[in-house]
Amino acid sequence: MSHEGLEAENLNLWRGERHVLRGVGFAAPRGACLHVAGANGAGKTSLLRTACGLLYPESGRVLWNGRNVHEDLPAFHASLIYIGHEPPLKADLSALENLRFWIGMRRRVGRALLAAALQRVGAAAWSERPARTLSAGQKRRVALAALSLALVPLWLLDEPTTNLDAEGQQLVGALIEEQLTRGGVVLAATHHELPVAAVRVRRLELRLA
Amino acid sequence: MPELPNSTLAATAAEPRTTGATGEGTSVLEAARLVLLRDLTLAFRRRGQLVQPLAFFAIVTTLFPLAISPELARLREVAAGVIWVAALLASLLALESLFRDDAYDGALEQYALSGQPLTGLMFAKTAAHWLLTGLPLALMAPLAALSLGAPAGAVPGIVASIAIGTVALSLIGSIGAALTLGIRRSGVLLALLTLPLSLPVLIFGARASELAIQGASYVAPLELLSALAVLGITLAPLAAAAAVRISLE
Repeated sequence: MSHEGLEAENLNLWRGERHVLRGVGFAAPRGACLHVAGANGAGKTSLLRTACGLLYPESGRVLWNGRNVHEDLPAFHASLIYIGHEPPLKADLSALENLRFWIGMRRRVGRALLAAALQRVGAAAWSERPARTLSAGQKRRVALAALSLALVPLWLLDEPTTNLDAEGQQLVGALIEEQLTRGGVVLAATHHELPVAAVRVRRLELRLA
Repeated sequence: MPELPNSTLAATAAEPRTTGATGEGTSVLEAARLVLLRDLTLAFRRRGQLVQPLAFFAIVTTLFPLAISPELARLREVAAGVIWVAALLASLLALESLFRDDAYDGALEQYALSGQPLTGLMFAKTAAHWLLTGLPLALMAPLAALSLGAPAGAVPGIVASIAIGTVALSLIGSIGAALTLGIRRSGVLLALLTLPLSLPVLIFGARASELAIQGASYVAPLELLSALAVLGITLAPLAAAAAVRISLE
């Protein structure tokens, strides 16, 4: 069972003239959270995007449960959710509609489940408002609701605690802990501390060139 | 969508899962339907953008009588060409925004990561584009045709040619729109890329309308137009999906 989870071996990624990832490797077994740390521009986002198969590294490979993810990208994508530093919300749709479309693409969700998820992230009062009128922190909370609904084993989070108040950050921690307890894997890129029990967190420090 | 019982969240959350593909996963068709629905909903929230290509079509077709001659006999000779060039440009006008908003707010990324075949989702987006521009243009065409002196008997032929032709135009355009995603102010480049590819559609479409106005049989060019549309349906979403993937790198 040593290959359960997400692994990367010797990733090298170039963006134009810049050698962004220089031989990066990691192992995030089930139940573990990988905290990707590093200064701005150190390649945290690039690593996350490479890990979810959006970017093709020049060398090295990413393995999900022991299999190269590029062998069957659709199946790999069906088992992950990626949230970039800007939550992917449509400005003209309400929080609820955004969530319904976003999660609906992946699995069937009923109204009750959506409402429960929005309630949990404290979005019940403004779930009918267009996303255009929401603050950055509120948009983040909608993304958290999506996380809790996606029911996928792999989470890739770019700066998950940005723009959130103290209570929101605790919520991120609680959601990540639940995911780990379920046997899920979390990759979180942030230069802040993660509000998660230290024993479950592995740290990967990316350095600037 | 069938409602799930309230307890599902707790039940599923408690047990460990092995893969993301659960029994309640969304099928491709359902995902495509959601994409279509989302684009239509968004378009109706911003009606101003929706009306622009149609207003453009109406204005261009009314400019010609002013510039050429108000004589219906002379207008009738150019009517097919005028309607078709105006429809081509109006369809192009709406193309730039086909993927731009999705690329900007991260929706495109989520489509690519949804585990659904991107080709199917691109087809749904193009279908939405046709429903929002091609179909209304076809419905407006009779008005333009009659005001340019075309006989009432020509209306079915003109509507059919525009309706089928714009399917091909939307599909060709989707490739261009996807290819120019990474470029700022891509409007002119998009036109340079798309217009040459649209020439066969313009030729057969205008020919079908011309024959309809003359009262002759317009079946042959309409069939060729349909063939182009079918070719587009089979190939364009594949190309657009590949271009979108490249733009996300």
